[in-house]
Amino acid sequence: MIWDEEFESMPRDALESLQLYRLRKTAERVYATVPFYKDAFDKAGIHPSGIGSMADLGRLPFTDKTDLRDNYPFGLFTLPLHEVVRIHASSGTTGKPTVVGYTRRDIDTWSSLMARTLACAGVRKGDVVQNAYGYGLFTGGLGFHYGAEKLGATVIPISGGNTKRQVMLMEDFASTVLTCTPSYALTLAEAMDELGVTKDRLKLRVGIFGAEPWSQNMRQQVETRLGIDAIDIYGISEIIGPGVSVECIEAKNGLHIFEDHFIPEIIDPETGESLPYGEDGELVFTTITKEAFPVIRYRTKDITRLHPEPCRCGRTHIRMDRVTGRTDDMLIIRGVNLFPSQIESLLMEIEGLEPHYQLIVDREGTMDTLEVQIEVNEDVFTDEIKGLEKLEKGVEKEIKDMLGISAKVRLVEPKTIERFEGKAKRVIDNRKI
Amino acid sequence: MKVEQISVFMENKTGRLAQITRVLGEAGVNILALSLADTADFGILRIIVSDNDKAHAALKAEGFTVGRNDVLAIDVPDRPGGLADFLEILKVNEINIEYMYAYRKSGHALLIFRFDDLDKAMEILPRANFKVLSAEELYAL
Repeated sequence: MIWDEEFESMPRDALESLQLYRLRKTAERVYATVPFYKDAFDKAGIHPSGIGSMADLGRLPFTDKTDLRDNYPFGLFTLPLHEVVRIHASSGTTGKPTVVGYTRRDIDTWSSLMARTLACAGVRKGDVVQNAYGYGLFTGGLGFHYGAEKLGATVIPISGGNTKRQVMLMEDFASTVLTCTPSYALTLAEAMDELGVTKDRLKLRVGIFGAEPWSQNMRQQVETRLGIDAIDIYGISEIIGPGVSVECIEAKNGLHIFEDHFIPEIIDPETGESLPYGEDGELVFTTITKEAFPVIRYRTKDITRLHPEPCRCGRTHIRMDRVTGRTDDMLIIRGVNLFPSQIESLLMEIEGLEPHYQLIVDREGTMDTLEVQIEVNEDVFTDEIKGLEKLEKGVEKEIKDMLGISAKVRLVEPKTIERFEGKAKRVIDNRKI
Repeated sequence: MKVEQISVFMENKTGRLAQITRVLGEAGVNILALSLADTADFGILRIIVSDNDKAHAALKAEGFTVGRNDVLAIDVPDRPGGLADFLEILKVNEINIEYMYAYRKSGHALLIFRFDDLDKAMEILPRANFKVLSAEELYAL
């Protein structure tokens, strides 16, 4: 079902006219009210009145997370706080959190977008939505909550955690929809196994999973173990929260970006140049309907690509691929793209290994080398060399099999890998290119 | 009688062994026997010490990965062919040696062994007249 037929199925030319109109309004708004944007526009040599076509979008300055931090907490709001009815913020693991604000109308817009999102994933009035996204400053919980209510579904606002209780309520309340991170969905599946709750005892039909990158393999696992359709959703608080894009249940092939509210671009993360459809690059968003906290060309650091081909679900909005990684941590080793998170998920599957690891990239002659350093703790330590060598070789083989890269695994002493207050720096790149 | 051995994971870095022995020294722990197994990247230090609990605590406090496991200390005749005779017994009984190290003290040739089957070795060796030392006997030598 399409929640908002008029906008979601809008002919492309009408959609682009709407985007241009809303873009200019937003540019005028930020230029007039936020000194940061006025400076940035002036430096880029563009005035909002100079936006004549969508091609002019590329002339606008980028905004990134640093700009949000520099203007912490409310410096990028276009309105005084008494117009703002809600504040959300990131966890701030790498410093000050990024803070976003919503007017009453922003909350309505967001709720409508989430109703769209849920409908796109196949949720209907009468569904029972078990919302296991975290409630609080994180946008996931409340975003889904308001959207599901708007759609007319029944919400169980259980938030994350309390896994056994989740399983009990899923069965007793006959939940039909599960919303949480994909990894939590697997945790719930494990808990079901432990409690002896089989999937046929549940009414679960659909799951909407996001807030972390996940793979097609993981989707299959979730679908099989829970007996549901697993739908990928994307959102970031800087843009609005969840409700930026979602897969349709008809095709499950790319996430429809709600383009009447957000204009997507893909850029080369190195040069900032716009890239054509179909090419991998960094996702950039401009919001065109938000009141309290609009952003111009916000660099998400997420890597994906865009597909303009029409979808069989009838929506005309462009689709993005599932996010494959982040610009801030992607490595290219002998031509293969690699994210530390991929290594991490391999290591995490080996029992007893410490979560502390580091990747050292170097170049010998023309060959890139990758060394994976892993701390040895008592759970994996043995007094026999062959035991430790077996561990090393095992991890090397896993990396080769799963990621197609030859890596050398080096075991290191505990606490020798640097600890960080916030997010760890996982990569040391010694290549001089 | 099994004897407890302490093993320590070490990276192949200058000064690591010096640091470990210093930590033990400052904890008042004496080393009775020692062996160092190494690969290109890391090593495993195996030691028989005068006080396992103290050694373990001191090394843990310094952040080392420390293991404790049982080995056998065997008194082998201190004469030419003594070791060969001993190994023959192992061969006949199909006991495999994971690793071993040796030292000689006041007329005793002492061997520390890790077998794939410690219990089987403990059963067979006394019958073949080889003395398996207890920790106390080892310290008393």
